[in-house]
Amino acid sequence: MKRIYIKEDMCIGCRLCEVYCLVQHSKSKKIIKAYKGEYPKPIPRILVEEKGYLSFALQCRHCEDPPCVEACITGAMYRDPDTGAVLCNDIKCVGCWMCIMVCPFGVIMRRKEGGEVASKCDLCYGEGTPVCVANCPNEALEFR
Amino acid sequence: MVKYVIVGNSVAAIAAVEAIRKHDGDGEITVISDEPYSAYSRPLITYALAGKISEDSIFYRDKNFYYKNKVETILGIKVTSLNTKEKYVTLKDGDEIHFDKLLISTGGTPISPNIRGRDLHGVFTFTKLDDLKRVREYIHQYRVGEAVVVGGGLIGLKTAEALTMLKIKVSIVELADRILSVTFDKKASSIIERSLRKIGCEVITGNTVSEIKGRDRVSAVILKDGKKINCGMVILAIGVTPNIDLIKNTDIKVNRGILVDNHMQTNIPDIYAAGDVSECVDLIGGATRPIAIWPNAYRQGNVAGYNMAGIPKEYTGSIVMNSIELCNIPTISMGLTDPEGDEYEIIEHYNDEKQVYKRIVLKGKIIVGAIFISNIDRGGIYRNLIIEKIDVSSFKEHILKEDFGLISLPKEYRKHLVSGPGLEV
Ligand SMILES: Cc1cc2nc3c(=O)[nH]c(=O)nc-3n(C[C@H](O)[C@H](O)[C@H](O)COP(=O)(O)OP(=O)(O)OC[C@H]3O[C@@H](n4cnc5c(N)ncnc54)[C@H](O)[C@@H]3O)c2cc1C
Repeated sequence: MKRIYIKEDMCIGCRLCEVYCLVQHSKSKKIIKAYKGEYPKPIPRILVEEKGYLSFALQCRHCEDPPCVEACITGAMYRDPDTGAVLCNDIKCVGCWMCIMVCPFGVIMRRKEGGEVASKCDLCYGEGTPVCVANCPNEALEFR
Repeated sequence: MVKYVIVGNSVAAIAAVEAIRKHDGDGEITVISDEPYSAYSRPLITYALAGKISEDSIFYRDKNFYYKNKVETILGIKVTSLNTKEKYVTLKDGDEIHFDKLLISTGGTPISPNIRGRDLHGVFTFTKLDDLKRVREYIHQYRVGEAVVVGGGLIGLKTAEALTMLKIKVSIVELADRILSVTFDKKASSIIERSLRKIGCEVITGNTVSEIKGRDRVSAVILKDGKKINCGMVILAIGVTPNIDLIKNTDIKVNRGILVDNHMQTNIPDIYAAGDVSECVDLIGGATRPIAIWPNAYRQGNVAGYNMAGIPKEYTGSIVMNSIELCNIPTISMGLTDPEGDEYEIIEHYNDEKQVYKRIVLKGKIIVGAIFISNIDRGGIYRNLIIEKIDVSSFKEHILKEDFGLISLPKEYRKHLVSGPGLEV
């Protein structure tokens, strides 16, 4: 399957990936509205870690043997049979956070969606190239 | 064509089916369980009792899972015996079913304490979908207003919380000096205890129920110290133990749970065991013991399935861990959280007002345990450091900093983690 590769030497920590990711996962998909007019406030599914000159953008690695899928007590977390992406079914998720406990990358977050549900990278389902990759000004993320 | 038989139809069983079918599309798979339902999420029965989820969203996989995976199911019938020499199991109705490969995934059974009055109407354990139905019906029929939950562990507290949401006044009675004493330290326990009190639960520690009173059904309990609590219902939640009935009188080796090798095979070739019924290596300490949690059951069942289908795969051990939300406070605990001895070092962050608590337990250079209350984000990074036994001495000062992340890890290790296509646990 196609995955996102991280090149930390290229990352300048601009956080544009976070902005695009947030907008992509908002209801309106419009930047001003997404940031200022939506409730619950959308959150990015990617996170930039930064320390001094070092930075990189991190999102779900869509593991070969995903520990989050194994740990999920409801069956909400699953691997999409077509794309291979690891996805969370919001309707089934009860917010028990077993997935957060076992994700070695710490890339599953909590998001308000009625109740709270697990929030993670979905490789911009159906978009072709994920928006974080497409909009990185420095090719610090690659999709291949 | 290989004939696979799986006893039990819960997470370990489903995980085994998923592994087998990755490699063997033709073999015959038969799943047998005494519960008459498709596999469901056992932990969700407390959510269903509280009315947080509907009853049909309790099922673990799609409705057509068995059909899609060509699994024959025999549900609602108990397997009563196992012949390991001639390789067949006998069902309660007398039918014999032969196997080439067998998986025993019979899970756990709730421990039933020897209390006078234990058999009275209105006394329940709470681990099955039928328990949910029975408890619900009972509450409705008798308009239960007060209940006693015996046991302040995960199942007891989740059940107590659910009952409270149904406007039942709950008293939790715990023998230890605090709730969640096995997985939490004092501070963590007290945060949850306070919150339970706030939602109206009474929490009684260092005490136990010595007698359940009632004529036709429960009317009160008497505590060890003589105190009486009036109640219409009692939930016994003092723990579960491996359900090894089936292998009694066989030559399968068992300690508390069924003993398996790192392929999840028992001492008898072609007979495997996985999930709450089995015993595996605890990565902290290295002893084998049952660690009755969902993620382990899945992985063990999956590893068993691969090996049953002829694909060698190893189970590398696990740690005790859990993630539970109580009174809207998320918590994660893993490994050794409250050890005694000079060889352990504790790093803590505590904010009483915000109910935020983080605790890391170190032994020498490696983390052996952790607790997170309220702020659980990125908790999995710590778990990975525990199971991979990573030397944390070079970044110890950062370990509980707000911005702790993969960036804090040694460069080589971080690169190994993030630049690959994903992780093979
Ligand atoms: C209320 C509750 C909350 C929980 N919450 C959590 C949680 O938050 N996180 C977590 O990690 N774990 C939790 N657990 C534990 C988790 O549910 C178990 O670890 C998991 O279900 C184990 O799965 P298993 O496949 O080993 O067996 P089980 O789920 O125990 O299933 C075994 C099945 O085998 C059947 N069976 C047994 N003997 C026979 C026989 N002789 N013939 C036919 N069928 C038989 C049983 O009836 C049962 O259906 C919770 C458990 C309960 C009860």
